[in-house]
Amino acid sequence: MSAGTDKGRDMLWQRFTVAIPYIWLLIFFLAPFAIILKISTADPIIAQPPFTPTFDDGGALLATADNYKFLLTDKLYIITYLKSVSMAATATILCLLLGFPMAYGIARAGSAARSILLLLVILPFWISFLLRVYAWMGLLNNHGVINNFLMWLGIIDAPLQLIYTDFAIYIGLVYSYLPFMILPLYAILERMDLDLVDAALDLGARPSQAFWDVTWPLARPGVIAGCLLVFIPAMGEYVIPYLLGGPEALMIGRVLFDEFFVNRDWPLASSVAIVLLMMLVVPIVFLQRSQAKDAGGAA
Amino acid sequence: MTGNTNKNTGSHPFIELKDLSKHFGDFVAVDTVNLQIGRGELFSILGASGCGKTTLLRMMAGFETPTSGRIFIDGVDVTDQAPYQRPVNMMFQSYAIFPHMTVEKNVAYGLEKDRVSKGEIKTRVSEILELVQLTRFSKRKPNQLSGGERQRVALARALVKRPKVLLLDEPLAALDKKLREHTQFELMNIQDELGITFVVVTHDQEEAMILSSRIAVMEKGRFEQVGTPKEVYEYPDNRFVADFIGTINMFEGTVETAGDGSISVASDEAGAPLTGLTDRIMENGVKVCIAVRPEKIFISQHEPENQEDTCLPGVVEDLGYFGNLSLYRIRLDSGKIVQVSAQNRRRSAERFLEWDDRVFISWPPRSAIVLTE
Repeated sequence: MSAGTDKGRDMLWQRFTVAIPYIWLLIFFLAPFAIILKISTADPIIAQPPFTPTFDDGGALLATADNYKFLLTDKLYIITYLKSVSMAATATILCLLLGFPMAYGIARAGSAARSILLLLVILPFWISFLLRVYAWMGLLNNHGVINNFLMWLGIIDAPLQLIYTDFAIYIGLVYSYLPFMILPLYAILERMDLDLVDAALDLGARPSQAFWDVTWPLARPGVIAGCLLVFIPAMGEYVIPYLLGGPEALMIGRVLFDEFFVNRDWPLASSVAIVLLMMLVVPIVFLQRSQAKDAGGAA
Repeated sequence: MTGNTNKNTGSHPFIELKDLSKHFGDFVAVDTVNLQIGRGELFSILGASGCGKTTLLRMMAGFETPTSGRIFIDGVDVTDQAPYQRPVNMMFQSYAIFPHMTVEKNVAYGLEKDRVSKGEIKTRVSEILELVQLTRFSKRKPNQLSGGERQRVALARALVKRPKVLLLDEPLAALDKKLREHTQFELMNIQDELGITFVVVTHDQEEAMILSSRIAVMEKGRFEQVGTPKEVYEYPDNRFVADFIGTINMFEGTVETAGDGSISVASDEAGAPLTGLTDRIMENGVKVCIAVRPEKIFISQHEPENQEDTCLPGVVEDLGYFGNLSLYRIRLDSGKIVQVSAQNRRRSAERFLEWDDRVFISWPPRSAIVLTE
């Protein structure tokens, strides 16, 4: 009898622990999403809160799709979305080109050197993200460290325009997100059997062929994970384009901020956010598919 | 057994290692090794882990660059050739099968890299898969195979290119005992059928004895002895080889009288003079070791009559009954323990030996191995 109630309590406890992540997602993801979705169908008004209700007093639906129509007709938003995609994609590719050799090198280093190199990759996280971006402002400034150094060397006479350019945004994005590319790549390259590459060489493959035939396909899950971990946050990045980019650097995160806090057009800002989320869902679904495929292959 | 016949009859060696050395920093993995292997031989390099045998094999495959020395294969100096240029294929201890390719693709990989025509790849892959009995698994991924099947994929993949030399790194270590025995003979049959020269690296002396035409016993980067399985077992060159291969009883002593191809050795461990046969000229007083294998020793409760045989009294300290044979540990009066194995040929014909029985162990002089090194 008491054993029975114990068992019942255990079951309850088990269900509760399983439910925790769902409750978490419900409160901190689904509910805010529903609120934003609701606001995005409203009209802006000068009031508190600054948008019209979803239902009128009689219970009739007042929601509109006007904000979304506006987003699709106004060229500014379409260009900004495309620009954000292209900047995030470029930054992702740059991170991959830099990160892959670094991850490979770390994975193949001696065990003592390996922990030091990994520590160096993780070390920047100990300093606030914002501070690090500010540090880049100090470096890239017209009277910043880089320009002063080049002028002292006599390579240039007048300061180069480094800050407030797309170049500066790329520096900021690649610098900030490179560890997110290196770590998943390292994890997968580190446990790869080195004999596989030797086997390919032994069977007549040149080193470059062995890389493309063996190392690259086996590293694919790490490449996909790394690319998504860089692309997704880079896509919605607000701080870097705001602090390092020029006034014309319209990345979607910055537009979002301006609509919310400068124009106080909450409904339009909300619809911008919803569209951004939809654009990010596509690569996430792609990731899940490829992971499911890999898991299926291993079964 | 075909594998045990010495095929090293050609005039020039098929594989030749000349003064080959490999240093890793201060550590000498391979120390001026010289070796000649004949065409079609199944040659084993036997040694404990860390003796340098795998480094030696990896130098032959081209994965490690020798610090000094040359490697010749079929008369060609391959020392500076990259792995993909050498007429050599390797079967890895981990098998190193590409996990993202099917069995068929794994086997075809080497031929594709050689730009062999599609049609020929197809025929050769199906031929070799048939040889290793994997035809019905050709479309499977490696993770759907058992250990033995993977081993055969690795073998097929290395053989399909028809290399001049196949290098095998611990080919059977990952298999369980039963499968291992079966695979041993399969390997020998395949080797015999294809006539490819095999060089096997192993730490398992039984495996080396059964498989090989010749064995090199390796220790600390050097070859202690190179010879047929029979030679290294029956006529070891030195104490290390005698002790490393099988079980052996060793008596340290000094030469008392020498002459006529026979010596008499005084040994405190034995407690009586030991006789050994040797061609070498030995001075009196030289330190030698007389070594005797357990199965060469007779054990009896009665003192043997033959005066030429060495005979030592002792007490049964321990015994183990294995059915077909019994193992005895005999304590001599000096305190030395001698291992003896005897076949249980008769059934209760006489009383079985028991613990603490007083016994005499004896062996003829020709059974004693005389070791100076």
